[in-house]
Amino acid sequence: MKTSSLSVARLIVLRDLRLAFRKPSQLIQPLMFFMIVATLFPLTLTPELSRLRDAAPGVLWVGALLSSLLALEFLFREDADDGTLEQFALSGQSLTWMLFAKTCTHWLLTGLPLALFAPIAAMLLGVPAQAVGGVLAALALGSFAMSLVGAIGAGLTLGARRGGVLLSLLTLPLAVPILVFGADATQRAIIGDPIGPPMYLLGAIAVLGITLSPLAAAAAVRIGLE
Amino acid sequence: MNWVWFHRFGSPPYVYGFARRWAPWFGAVAGLLMVVALYGGLVLAPADYQQKDAFRMMYVHAPSATMSLMVYSTLAVASAVGLIWRMKVAHAAAAACAPIGAWFTVATLGTGMLWGKPMWGTYWEWDPRLTSELVLLFLYFGYMGLRAAIEDPQKADKASALLAIVGAVNIPIIHYSVVWWNGLHQENSTKLGSDADMAWSMVWPLLLMLLAFALYFGAVFLIRLRAELLRRERNASWIREVLS
Repeated sequence: MKTSSLSVARLIVLRDLRLAFRKPSQLIQPLMFFMIVATLFPLTLTPELSRLRDAAPGVLWVGALLSSLLALEFLFREDADDGTLEQFALSGQSLTWMLFAKTCTHWLLTGLPLALFAPIAAMLLGVPAQAVGGVLAALALGSFAMSLVGAIGAGLTLGARRGGVLLSLLTLPLAVPILVFGADATQRAIIGDPIGPPMYLLGAIAVLGITLSPLAAAAAVRIGLE
Repeated sequence: MNWVWFHRFGSPPYVYGFARRWAPWFGAVAGLLMVVALYGGLVLAPADYQQKDAFRMMYVHAPSATMSLMVYSTLAVASAVGLIWRMKVAHAAAAACAPIGAWFTVATLGTGMLWGKPMWGTYWEWDPRLTSELVLLFLYFGYMGLRAAIEDPQKADKASALLAIVGAVNIPIIHYSVVWWNGLHQENSTKLGSDADMAWSMVWPLLLMLLAFALYFGAVFLIRLRAELLRRERNASWIREVLS
């Protein structure tokens, strides 16, 4: 009997969540990294909150992008090394769908906590309290799009011996639109403008990512497994 | 319709012979056209009323910029052909394209910066077109980096082909996001390349130069493709026949 796609997705999400919570350090480290990056800017730029506020969107987004790149390494690597991905590919279920479930779980474990953590970093950078909602929403949506784009890069680098730097080299240029619109939404939130327009564009990128990126990621993983 | 002519391009020996025969012709015609276009652009064309002689940078800059995108399209199409019809030659062609395209991109950025100094007063301006050209350079780097990092040549071919296609989907999105990003901060200070208001004496060297650059790309591409085929097919028997 063939298992329905929804229960396949549920099984994968539960499995990945369980595995992740057994190794909490892997979850916390990208967040710590993000906080440290946010701390470095006041030390190097200026301690004046009014000037930090101008730099805040850039600091938050570059920090979020770099820390999500760190986390991307773990998206497929371990499952490829212990043969789980091979079993996925042979299971007769759609690999595209399974990888999409994995990517969503990855976002739940890295992107979402990052977005929830970002308001603290934002406050440290002098962002006013009423902007926090916009900062959080922009980072939550942007990191989801980032996870989808990153899944392609993570799949492509499976075949390469040294993945880390290469993964950044592949993924960062593709993430430019997310960065542009995300930082713009954050900037608007800080100065009190409506954040609708860039959020719609971020949403459009996320939808495009949902439709195309799992297909590309599955093709990439298949190439890596050959 | 007879498709035999197309199928022949799937055979490495045929393509090798084709490249050897045609590369010198492409190169010769490109060189000739380039000399004529340079004479037209640097000597015959009048100086611009606003930019004076600095506008002549355009005769190298604009064709390079066009080629940097055209080579990426060639790369993406060759990659798609290689993935879909599993043609070895198409993957070799994609591999041969990448460094040439990256150099055209570097040339575009370099000439753009040299032109920017007298015009804008600074070598680098975060102009949307310069910025998206820079991102294009990073895309080329990523492509070449992925190809170099995977040891199994067939895997490297397929993975980098997939990346090229993903990049091709992304280029328009990146371009428009960058245009939109900068549109918030400042208007474009200069509009270069709106041909409508340019005198014909300025336009014809540009068009000729574009043709010359395309042919020059053809020549270099065929030479690189030959080298790529020699490297990939080094154990094949036809190599011995060709080289003896």
